[in-house]
Amino acid sequence: MSNHSGTSMRTTRSRVQGLGSARSGTGHFWWQRVTALANIPLVLAALAILICVAGKPHAEAVAVLGHPLAAIVLILALFSVTTHMRIGMQVVIEDYVHAEGAKVLALVGNIFFCTAVALAGIFAILKISFGV
Amino acid sequence: MVQLTLPKNSQISDGVQWPKPPGANRLTEYRIYRWNPDDGRNPRIDTYYVDRDDCGPMVLDGLIYIKNTIDPTLTFRRSCREGICGSCAMNIDGTNTLACLKSMDDVRGGCVKIYPLPHMPVVKDLIPDLTQFYAQHASIEPWLHTETPAPEKEWPQSRNDREKLDGLYECILCACCSTSCPSYWWNGDRYLGPAALLGAYRWLIDSRDEATGERLDNLEDPFRLYRCHTIMNCAKACPKGLNPAKAIAEIKKMMVTRQF
Repeated sequence: MSNHSGTSMRTTRSRVQGLGSARSGTGHFWWQRVTALANIPLVLAALAILICVAGKPHAEAVAVLGHPLAAIVLILALFSVTTHMRIGMQVVIEDYVHAEGAKVLALVGNIFFCTAVALAGIFAILKISFGV
Repeated sequence: MVQLTLPKNSQISDGVQWPKPPGANRLTEYRIYRWNPDDGRNPRIDTYYVDRDDCGPMVLDGLIYIKNTIDPTLTFRRSCREGICGSCAMNIDGTNTLACLKSMDDVRGGCVKIYPLPHMPVVKDLIPDLTQFYAQHASIEPWLHTETPAPEKEWPQSRNDREKLDGLYECILCACCSTSCPSYWWNGDRYLGPAALLGAYRWLIDSRDEATGERLDNLEDPFRLYRCHTIMNCAKACPKGLNPAKAIAEIKKMMVTRQF
């Protein structure tokens, strides 16, 4: 925790030790790279699908988006991109937001926002795909 | 939030324009950050002129010339004057480096601008407070940890294993790298910084050490290790030509390797 007040009587070593090692962070590091790798083909495929449906009449666009292959690629892309977005934004918040309250609020807001975006997108694709 | 502007009591003003040494032919201008905790004033930039015919070629030679002949109150650390003690680390011409290894002729624009190492509390003038930096180094326990009873003589090490320590053991703890790192500026209280992590890796890959797992445990933390975003300022700044960013990447690789 950031405690640099000149009045603190804790030793420097004690401040450096802080609350100790969280014994985590590697999963975060790993998933950021795995999703980055996955994003390359998935975003390209999603763009190709988008170009396919651009300007098409509604029925034809729905037919393309509803095709199982297109739907699966889009769902995977949404999952990978929003996961990458969430853990990337988390790092930015941890880097720059230092007030404890604001930091927790921002971290929670980040999880809520990314989950909502992912679920809304996946729900829309499933709805089209199942033709409900 | 991160504070990007200087607080009011840190804003720098113009300082004293010291007279040129009389009769000097070749002059080099120095603009130096001055701050005295005792006079209650804001920091200022003083201007000095160094007589190049009466002074060695390095930036440190100029500083010593100024202290000896112009202004004895100018305060800075120095000792070995040959790049092995790390005392005279400061921000020269916009880059953290050792004043004793930087030639005045290599400074762009001719005027030598000198500030203390960035983003550290200043003790006085060019002297940063490195207490926390040293405590971070101590926290990685930079000595051999063993369980096996000590042998009669030394711990043996193969030539190959010894070579793995090259590029790591040479660190002189001058703090040029850590204080050039934006991640260390913003989160220096929790991020260990490139110097301490380079030291940590030096012990992680020492073939004689038996505490590799515990060392990795102590580093596996979103802040202690993973604040490194591979910005590479550390490698650019290091006056010894070491590459802390690579050492940190190797630690991250070890972290991943032990997961699978």
